[in-house]
Amino acid sequence: MPELLQLLVNGLMAGTVLAVPAIGFTAIYAVLRFPNFALASHATIGAFGGYVANTAGGLPAWAAVAVAFAVAGLVGVLSDTLVLRPLRPAGAITTAIAAVALNIALENVVRFVFGNDHRGYDLPLQRDWQVAAIRVGPQQFQNLLIALVAMAALFLFLAFTRTGKAMRAVADNPTLANVKGVDADRVGRLVNFVGMGLAGVGGMLLGLDTSIDPLTGFRVILSVFAAAVVGGLGSIPGAVVGALTIGVAEELSLVALAPAYRTAVGFVAILFVLTLRPRGILGERAY
Amino acid sequence: MLTFAGFYGLMALGLNLVWGMAGMINLGLVGFFAFGAYVSALATVNMGAPIPAGVAAASALTAGAGVVMALTTRNLRGDYLAIVTLGFSEVVRLVASNEIWLTKGTDGISGIPGPWRGRVTPETFNLIYLAIVAVFVVAAFWLLERVRHSPFGRVLRAIRDDEQIAAVAGKPVVAFKVQAFAVSAGILGTAGALYGHYISYVAPDSFAPLITIYAVLALTAGGTGDNRGAVVGALLLVFFMESTRFATGWLPGLRPVQVAAVREFLIGASLVVVLRWRPGGLIPERIPRA
Repeated sequence: MPELLQLLVNGLMAGTVLAVPAIGFTAIYAVLRFPNFALASHATIGAFGGYVANTAGGLPAWAAVAVAFAVAGLVGVLSDTLVLRPLRPAGAITTAIAAVALNIALENVVRFVFGNDHRGYDLPLQRDWQVAAIRVGPQQFQNLLIALVAMAALFLFLAFTRTGKAMRAVADNPTLANVKGVDADRVGRLVNFVGMGLAGVGGMLLGLDTSIDPLTGFRVILSVFAAAVVGGLGSIPGAVVGALTIGVAEELSLVALAPAYRTAVGFVAILFVLTLRPRGILGERAY
Repeated sequence: MLTFAGFYGLMALGLNLVWGMAGMINLGLVGFFAFGAYVSALATVNMGAPIPAGVAAASALTAGAGVVMALTTRNLRGDYLAIVTLGFSEVVRLVASNEIWLTKGTDGISGIPGPWRGRVTPETFNLIYLAIVAVFVVAAFWLLERVRHSPFGRVLRAIRDDEQIAAVAGKPVVAFKVQAFAVSAGILGTAGALYGHYISYVAPDSFAPLITIYAVLALTAGGTGDNRGAVVGALLLVFFMESTRFATGWLPGLRPVQVAAVREFLIGASLVVVLRWRPGGLIPERIPRA
């Protein structure tokens, strides 16, 4: 029983961290209506941006996360403006293909600069905390807090600022938002900044636990898709619920499956949800 | 090298059927390719099946996997099919890396038989194999050209251009899409199986997502919707890849990993460029007269 509880706790913590890039993916989908597969490389870029700030700049992990957000967000705006936006009139699928190509290109920029080696962040060594029979790593706990802060900030931004409201308006009904004078291009840039920034934070948080290399983002991308699809593509609360579901399911799968199959859990979850309830747990509609 | 052009040509032809004609997307091409390669390798190495039987099994099973994926996303927008196929290719790699009892994990399966391998000189083998692959490419080309000019192909184009109108016209849209996807997956599986018998070795690392980009690049460069475009595009692709190998060899002072990074970057970037400025490819589609 304690083992199961431990797995549950691990799963909830992993799920909270996973929710950050999943929100990014689903937010971009909600506003721009295409699955932006380039998210993987932006997560990697964020992780490396945070890495440079942490090791060369000497920032502590929580401050380096802000750098990760800014770097990935800026690259996201640039890559979208230069590469993906001109293709959007050609349709969601063409844009999605271009996003895969963009992903490979960006991943190789990281590889060119940093090489293929695994790199670790500069972190103080800490002993795990023990609460009853449950062990929790301080770093994991800090990641959990960072993820929660990021999500709270996003919520406040979307709920209370004018720009946040404009973003939700475009996601809800682009034509109506346009009639009301919302600048769709600006909202598009903004959602890319926020979405890819969140991807960068997610990439860095995942890297803090282990190490980073040019494939860091790509390795988790399946779980990110799964979280977004399970929760309902385009729904931000859905991405959180989906991420927690996937996080717990991946950990619980360890009871029955080899650890390497954790990511396959996400794929099975996608097939399962699409068969039974295509709009996901919290999604309003499926297209 | 021409043999590789043949593999990419088969993949581009398979992709053309679903994307070029039916407007469905498959971003996990490499997954189907790998699946076919492993099926045929296992059938011939572990079960001692003859090579044609292995290739046939690869086509059939890959087509089956395609049916499952097309059915799962049958009522959804194409984005979902993109996510599912991309996920499929990753799962194929995961299974291939971890089911060591079956696939020997990351070590890969070696000693896959090739026709007359060992009984003729390697040069002759390469020539024989090139001929075999060429026969497959010609057969797939002929088959797909027949499809393109047939009522079936016309319905697929109608579905691509407007699914609702096709449905209103009384066409069973889902059945058409599933069939197209299955045939396409079967072609990809065949290409994978042929690849395995040629290289004589398959390992999870051989099936990186980059291969999907190669095939998409071949098709879009040649001309989406046109089968000749797929074949021409594959030749161009191999030429392009060889010339980047040649060109990056001249860049001074780069470590091998940087050279590899530059080449992969160029492949990704050129796909973006083609999509942006030459979406019709070299040979734009001409709709055959009914």
